Amino acid sequence: MVIASPRRRRPRSTRTGRRSTLASAALLLIGLLATGGAYAAFTGAAAADSSASASIRGANITDGQKLFAANCATCHGMALQGSKAGPTLIGVGAASVDFQVGTGRMPLAANSPQGEKKPRQFTDAQVKNLAAYVASVSPGPGIPAGKYLTGNGNVAKGAELFRINCAMCHNVAGAGGALTQGKYAPSLKGSTAAHIYEAMVTGPQNMPVFNDQNISPEDKANVISYLQYLDNNASPGGLDLGNLGPVSEGLFVWIFALGSIVGITVWLTAKSN
Amino acid sequence: MTIDTQGPVTTTHGQERAEDASVVGRMANYLDERTSLSGAVKFLGRKIFPDHWSFMLGEVALYSFVVILLSGTFLTFFFQASMSEVQYDGSYIPMKGVEMSAALQSTLNISFDVRGGLLIRQVHYWAALLFVASIGLHMLRVFFTGAFRKPRELNWVVGFLLFVMAMAEGFTGYSLPDDLLSGNGLRIIDGMVKGLPVVGTWISYLLFGGEFPGTDIVGRLYTLHILLLPAIVVALIGIHMVLLIINKHTQFAGPGRTNDNVVGVPIMPVFAAKAGGFFFIVFGVLMLVAATVTINPIWNYGPYDPSPVSAGTQPDWYIGFADGALRLVPPGWEFLIGPYTVSMNIIVPVLALLVLLGAVAAYPFFEAWVTGDRREHHIADRPRNAPTRTAIGAAGLTFYAALWAAASSDIVATHFRLSIESVIHLCQALLIAGPFVAFFVTKRVCLALQKKDREIALHGFESGRIVRLPGGEYIEVHQPLSEYERWRLVSYEDYQPIMLRPDRRGRITAGMRARARVSNWFFEDRISPVSRPELEASQHH
Amino acid sequence: MADTIRDASGTDSAGEDTGTERETGVHSTSTSTEVETRSEAPGTAVVRPDAIPNPGFPPERLRVTDLDPREEKKAERAVSLWFGLGIFGAIAAVAVYVAFPLGNGDPDVNRWTTFGIGMGIALGLLGIGFGAVHWSKSLMEGHDLVEQRHTTRGSEETRARAVEVFSLGNKESGFSRRKMIRNSMIAALVAFPLPGIVLFRGLAPREDPNELLKFTMWKKGTRLTRDPSGTPIKASEVTIGSAFHVIPEGLNETEDRLEEKAKAAVLLMRLRPQDLTISSGRESWSYDGIVAYSKICTHVGCPVALYEQQTHHLLCPCHQSQFDITREATVIFGPAKRPLPQLPIMVDDQGYLVARSDFREPVGPSFWERENS
Repeated sequence: MVIASPRRRRPRSTRTGRRSTLASAALLLIGLLATGGAYAAFTGAAAADSSASASIRGANITDGQKLFAANCATCHGMALQGSKAGPTLIGVGAASVDFQVGTGRMPLAANSPQGEKKPRQFTDAQVKNLAAYVASVSPGPGIPAGKYLTGNGNVAKGAELFRINCAMCHNVAGAGGALTQGKYAPSLKGSTAAHIYEAMVTGPQNMPVFNDQNISPEDKANVISYLQYLDNNASPGGLDLGNLGPVSEGLFVWIFALGSIVGITVWLTAKSN
Repeated sequence: MTIDTQGPVTTTHGQERAEDASVVGRMANYLDERTSLSGAVKFLGRKIFPDHWSFMLGEVALYSFVVILLSGTFLTFFFQASMSEVQYDGSYIPMKGVEMSAALQSTLNISFDVRGGLLIRQVHYWAALLFVASIGLHMLRVFFTGAFRKPRELNWVVGFLLFVMAMAEGFTGYSLPDDLLSGNGLRIIDGMVKGLPVVGTWISYLLFGGEFPGTDIVGRLYTLHILLLPAIVVALIGIHMVLLIINKHTQFAGPGRTNDNVVGVPIMPVFAAKAGGFFFIVFGVLMLVAATVTINPIWNYGPYDPSPVSAGTQPDWYIGFADGALRLVPPGWEFLIGPYTVSMNIIVPVLALLVLLGAVAAYPFFEAWVTGDRREHHIADRPRNAPTRTAIGAAGLTFYAALWAAASSDIVATHFRLSIESVIHLCQALLIAGPFVAFFVTKRVCLALQKKDREIALHGFESGRIVRLPGGEYIEVHQPLSEYERWRLVSYEDYQPIMLRPDRRGRITAGMRARARVSNWFFEDRISPVSRPELEASQHH
Repeated sequence: MADTIRDASGTDSAGEDTGTERETGVHSTSTSTEVETRSEAPGTAVVRPDAIPNPGFPPERLRVTDLDPREEKKAERAVSLWFGLGIFGAIAAVAVYVAFPLGNGDPDVNRWTTFGIGMGIALGLLGIGFGAVHWSKSLMEGHDLVEQRHTTRGSEETRARAVEVFSLGNKESGFSRRKMIRNSMIAALVAFPLPGIVLFRGLAPREDPNELLKFTMWKKGTRLTRDPSGTPIKASEVTIGSAFHVIPEGLNETEDRLEEKAKAAVLLMRLRPQDLTISSGRESWSYDGIVAYSKICTHVGCPVALYEQQTHHLLCPCHQSQFDITREATVIFGPAKRPLPQLPIMVDDQGYLVARSDFREPVGPSFWERENS
């Protein structure tokens, strides 16, 4: 069979007129209202077919710098040096920016155990500009090349690597799981290929880094292909109960199976009208 | 009398009778002449079975078991209980070419390459979960209505053994596919067994046929799962049913119902139709669930390998309390005696589980000892009318629930945005304090309900109608009860604490003291049923 | 045996320690029952002479199907309709089975056959079930019937006969008289299962498990390789924040791959060297912030591999034990007691990471003889 997965192409250029001069509070508000819908239109994620790490085609480093100064510098410092409130961004590269900002994790919304995925505050172009700016100051892992993001890799190989390297935190079906002190490994359902790749390369937050010597780019593509296979193929057994394993199955059997049968026993033993 | 003269006569006589009858009649005659079946039909056919929804729960378990037997037999035709390594070449793409055991490959083949195989696998698994769940609910019903009292104590023990066997059946079945989830389950069993003092290392070694995981365990568990354990379960079900027939079913108190009769519907035809229909309904509901909801997606888990593990690795729900017990042990419970390692972080949970199960099995004997009641009891208690027993049940249930919740601490943490540490601490608190709170609250609630029943029995229902008396006083009119309604509220057993007195030889033994103390704890708070003089007094004003 | 039965009946009449309760003035049997044949001790139950009497059976309510022939007809049709649905469901299941052969590789086909066949069978079953129950509830004779109970114990006559049977058996065999025969028979019966128990020694091979548990595949110079590919790892490839899942070189070629892996699996991490607290004697076990720890939990053996690169905590997903890698995998939460064993590592002349030696202690769950070497 053919693994049907949407080919991620370069997204359209920006349509919004929002500029970096807007105060971040206003951005947040508008972002929350508007990007919910816009998010769907931009699921193609960031410039996927760019090959070079430092230079991102069509990106405006100056705009990126302005955005950075307005939205990121408070915590990460004007020169990316970091502060008490946020780590240094020296060497994190464009991949990290694209992941953190592109999934809405950055800017942080609240002081919680970890940054959470949420509707993002910036357009594709703005994310790209930010990434280009950070990468221009200090190079690091770049935005992955499009050939690794097609989802046409070896699904079985990817599944095996996923089980060994990822499943203990993210669960075998990518449903996510708990970490210490209220942190958690998020569900990978619906994550874009680029973001998965970037997460492996950069090790966001508490995730370990899986550099290209550990898991080669081809193997990363295989892992991505496996996750896309899971996303594109519903469970052959029917509803998957969130792929949470025996806990959800146990609850289901008590509440729904036994529950409905007990309901039937009440009817069964009640005297007819 | 010789055969020569008598033989032909009987034959002709028999034929004459048979010719009168229909086909069914002739068949019945044929069978009866060879089996005395008419005796069984006469004995059982019009036996009375009382109607109450909670009396059907045991049947749910029985029918689930039938579904398990049917679907399980189908699965054995395809399953290979072998741990020899093969390369998967079935039609599930994400497993293509993966090294796995023949057990997992055959399970994947059942799921992907046998038409309807996945359905049967799912119905088998769902039925297994329902089997244990319905046994659990059935036991709770029996417990809270006191249906374990004489003469049914032994049947309670048989049922308890069935519960344990069902868990064993479930766990052995869980382990068979040799996937990552079940393999890690076995790894935990291995770790637990190794932690047992003195014999642990050797038991694990024998169980796995060498070092973990070895190549024997799936085959061994398979033999237990499809041969030994089902045979025991079937035998126990047989004993359970025979004792049920001998003891007859309990019934709830009701007008006309006494400790000496059974009121209900006869097996032939009403109960047979209901129970037979109910079998199809239980089977149908299980099919419905199996057709629409995935269970144990082994294709996600992949083959067992000691290196990977999945987040959310849990046992099936009925083993959850054991897993939870392991999780709730605080750090550091392990020490050395000389050169030997004593793993209290394993011994304590194992002991806690054994004590819990032992308490469940022994409860009927304990209560009989406390009350000293040697009469037969065929009227089921309403839970409120045995406040201490109900409270003990609630406390035990809370203890179990805390262990159970702990087994899903990580899932609870992610879904309620808590930290796993706080969930574990919460469960630890619930495990220790919860039973006491549950006991106290339940007992008070029972007593309050009893008081309310008393009020209603004496003064009738509150009608909600307020009337002003000529003197200006307002009163609410109470709707009197019919004597049938009242009977349900006033007919219950009432016990009083023992007064400690010397026995015939003038001694007070330690056992008597203990019993007096327990009896006092059991029955010091009690609400007596309404008596005739009280009722008459209330009706006079 | 004979004694047992006599005993039981003896106790019943004597009432043993229930004597105290009898004095409270409760002698009669429960007043709600009229046919009580035997009087058993009620224990501490209060049996009151002034209890409200059982009012007897209430008048029976008739069902609509008893009263109205049209309702009866309707119910009859409904029952048949249910059974008809049952037939339809069974046929539908067969139709789905025939219509959708598996094996063309399309996973959706499996999903739809599972669903279709299952729904058909479910309908078939539920049709029969609801039909039969509806029939019994609405059309079958609906009166409650009464059956008398009898005490479970056999009649006095039966019990006397049972006692007699046993005493006859005893007398005719001389079971309790011929003590030597009896005792030697009991001893023989105790002895006979012993060979059966001994046979189970054959469940496992001859070696002593304690020796096996104390060693793994790691030895001096064994390269650390990636799980599952088995390719060696250079120290330079392990960047800060990385976590590598590691197996010993050559593991994939060994015969008992899984058994070895169950002891030898290792997690390799690189921290900033200043983050590591290293105890004396272990200075040479790590390399420039690269540390290797056994992946097998010291609690009950799950793979501990949830590594948090910022906090440097390792979490076991099975029972939530947590280990602090900066402090040599000390337990900081959960039921485990011992730190994860550290694998001493170094770099060979080609830059590859290799083991300095085997683990210095047994890996995995605790066992009784663990410290006994």
